[in-house]
Amino acid sequence: MSKMVPVPSNSIIPERDLNKTPVLETRHLGIDFGGLTAVENFDLTIGRTEIAGLIGPNGAGKTTVFNLLTKVYQPTRGTILLNGVDTANMNAVQVSKAGIARTFQNIRLFSNLTVEDNVKIGLHNSVNAGMFSSILRLPRHWRSERDAHERALELLSIFDMQDLANHEAGALPYGVQRRLEIVRALATNPSLLLLDEPAAGMNPSETAELMENIRKIRDTFQIAIMLIEHDMNLVMGICEGIAVLNYGKIIAKGTPAEIQNNPQVIEAYLGKQKEG
Amino acid sequence: MNLLLNLINGIGLGSIYAIIALGYTMVYGIAKMLNFAHGDVIMVGAYICFCTMSYLPLPGAAGTILGIILAMIVCTVLGIVIERLAYKPLRSAPSLAVLITAIGVSYFLQNSALLIWKSDPRVFTSVVAGWPGLELFGGQLRISAVTIVTILTNIVVMVGLTLFTGKTQKGKAMRAVSEDKGAAQLMGINVNSTISLTFAIGSGLAAVAGVLLCSAYPTLMPTTGSMPGIKAFTAAVLGGIGSIPGAMLGGILLGIIEIFAKAYISTQLSDAIVFAVLIVVLLIKPTGLLGKKINEKV
Repeated sequence: MSKMVPVPSNSIIPERDLNKTPVLETRHLGIDFGGLTAVENFDLTIGRTEIAGLIGPNGAGKTTVFNLLTKVYQPTRGTILLNGVDTANMNAVQVSKAGIARTFQNIRLFSNLTVEDNVKIGLHNSVNAGMFSSILRLPRHWRSERDAHERALELLSIFDMQDLANHEAGALPYGVQRRLEIVRALATNPSLLLLDEPAAGMNPSETAELMENIRKIRDTFQIAIMLIEHDMNLVMGICEGIAVLNYGKIIAKGTPAEIQNNPQVIEAYLGKQKEG
Repeated sequence: MNLLLNLINGIGLGSIYAIIALGYTMVYGIAKMLNFAHGDVIMVGAYICFCTMSYLPLPGAAGTILGIILAMIVCTVLGIVIERLAYKPLRSAPSLAVLITAIGVSYFLQNSALLIWKSDPRVFTSVVAGWPGLELFGGQLRISAVTIVTILTNIVVMVGLTLFTGKTQKGKAMRAVSEDKGAAQLMGINVNSTISLTFAIGSGLAAVAGVLLCSAYPTLMPTTGSMPGIKAFTAAVLGGIGSIPGAMLGGILLGIIEIFAKAYISTQLSDAIVFAVLIVVLLIKPTGLLGKKINEKV
């Protein structure tokens, strides 16, 4: 008997069946750019409500993995199973609809749109009155507009941002823009949320708050979160599983404690220790 | 009084440029390409309207209305087909390749029109033929019906587009795509259908512009669209390409400058003056009047 978990909203977003398969499973995933192998044999499984970390030195291929998962790049090799479904024939839009959402290392908000509209763009997947009724302003259009508005404010309230709804996104302070990107990603109703360096440029107290929020998002939405991060306090503090990438290959997988004591990881970060 | 009349005529001509410029600027904003075939879509629209009005046995007003509607439908479909066949395969090609393709499409349309409708100029019957103009100040100021209809159409189009891009989901999706195609895609927006929609709207408006243009200047030839097309492109650049209010402002300014140059300086030199103004504006403000400064990412 599978458990149906109600999503914390009154409307729009349907209930999700959370107990069947891992949310993400990759097998032998890899990509070449010309002659260069950027990612190779990337095998990873992420559970339903897991918080997973992807770490590694600069240039290890972490963002490339995100780009593969979201189909910004088509993989050269291997398979990606999202909720048990092979995404081989999907493009970026279909993967987004299938349940992967992400943020970007360098913020990519729609800076000319308001905060609320940015979130509504994310809601595109779930709220759609259709062209016809939008033009004719049928009741269905108004209902879906109102639903989208309520849903957007509800999502913004996770980060106490509902008061900023009518501000232009590009004019917001950096930290707020980072949070808005997460809200926008959540609006697409993902089952897996990819965060690319969410703590970049944040001070320790902001990072601590972010950690709280990441946990809160996982608990309220019951989704899996995978994050790339250089801040080891954050990674070790909230991730339940960590994969370490170096030169495009996974060199270690495990719990934070296992990773911290893994000699190969230490070598990748600090260089080989001198013999004797 | 003459000055006022010239001003109103300028706004009338400028309104046509503005409607055409909207097509350029919207397509540029979304697909980052200059659709030089846009001017020729205008010509196709005018021919479709002309043929419907001339060859279908319908009484006056019904024929005119059907003509306008058919012209809009044909141009909308034409715009979508052009994008699908000619531009979509070049989505990731260098912009020069797309530009040359657009010029090719422009010649293709002109020569197809030459084959179908021959080269002799047709006399287009104004869609508002027989409508009384407006007489003000005891008959001293006469504004033609076509000028009034053109200006009103322009206002309706402007308000409609502003509401569309500002309030509707599709319109917001369009703005999102024009800002960051990649991010929009990852938020689940179908970029291809958004681009198609943009071409559809631009081309539908081109049909309206064609009908209005030929109602004001009734000679219709396969090359009718090219000069207004280039002027409207100039208008879009003048106002800041990519900006919808910019296209409006640029179009109307251009119309006024052209009519004033014709009236007070020289008829032959009017086009030269129009383009000289463009050059001066671009020297002072390279992004156009309402264009946003683009911050290059480093």
